[in-house]
Amino acid sequence: MNYSDTTIWWIIAILGVGTFLIRFSFLGLIGSRPMPPWVLRHLRYTSVAILPGLVAPLVVFPAATGGVPDPARLLAACVTIAIGYWTKGVVGAMLAGAATLFAVQHLLG
Amino acid sequence: MSPSTTKSALWRGVRASLPFIIVIIPFAMLFGVAATEAGLPIAQVMGFTVLVIAGASQFTALQFMIDNAPVLVIIASALAVNLRMAMYSAAITPYLGEQALWKRALLSYIVVDQTYNLAILEYENNPDQTVAQRTAFFVGCSIPIVPLWIGFTWVGAALGGQIPPEYGLDFALPIAFLAMVAPALRTIAHVAAAVTSVVLALALGFVPLNLGLLVAAIVAMMVGAEVERRMA
Repeated sequence: MNYSDTTIWWIIAILGVGTFLIRFSFLGLIGSRPMPPWVLRHLRYTSVAILPGLVAPLVVFPAATGGVPDPARLLAACVTIAIGYWTKGVVGAMLAGAATLFAVQHLLG
Repeated sequence: MSPSTTKSALWRGVRASLPFIIVIIPFAMLFGVAATEAGLPIAQVMGFTVLVIAGASQFTALQFMIDNAPVLVIIASALAVNLRMAMYSAAITPYLGEQALWKRALLSYIVVDQTYNLAILEYENNPDQTVAQRTAFFVGCSIPIVPLWIGFTWVGAALGGQIPPEYGLDFALPIAFLAMVAPALRTIAHVAAAVTSVVLALALGFVPLNLGLLVAAIVAMMVGAEVERRMA
């Protein structure tokens, strides 16, 4: 790494301010002003539009196996989704997924 | 709003967020270790973690710095990784927008994957809460994770060492995020959006700077909204 101390501090400061402005953007500028129904209809899907795509490559091509699909991780992901979907509970789904991962890893040794 | 119900909303937020400790600790330590090994002094490692508090973008910036990329490239890539938070910011506005501006500014600092996604589940399940209760829940969600994110980055930077891969902790993050999203799959429109997101994110995996995810997310939101409109 060939950056001066000052340069690195500038990078950190700009990333800090920039990331804050991204987070503040709509919450700060729109505030309590009403948004049109079609915008709200899109925003209702933010969670389900981001998290599955964020996680999909980590599930299918895990870095821990060098990017090779791994039955234990794929099954653990499926169990997590299934339990979370049917029970509507976050903690139960996490525990079920973790238990599946360890059980399958143990069985496949 | 009476203080007691606001306080209970805060504690519900804390409880909802507690399981994510298992994700935050290894992830924070990993950043501390990686940044120190890359040659950053501890003050700069902590500067990153406190000022940016966005793990994926911190790793992105670090990787580009290790490669001695131009400063503009480092900044643009790391900020691109954080653009999904603009969507979180927009989606949380109908619930927290009535808050005073300075409180919205403070809340913005703690908009991360966990706080947003846990809070939106809570707001949709309990739509009658006041803005004070919603704010309290949101702050509650941050209490178990933000201090640990900062603290364990320091532990990783100060003590070094690695987490053995056989613990499977690399998979704590995917499991935690899937556990958050599965209960949100309430309607066929939600499922359609989630499937679109997965398919496009995998198909666009070759696009640099995580921008494939951004495209996948925008199209998935459009699919969800369109399915909802047709079903109505």
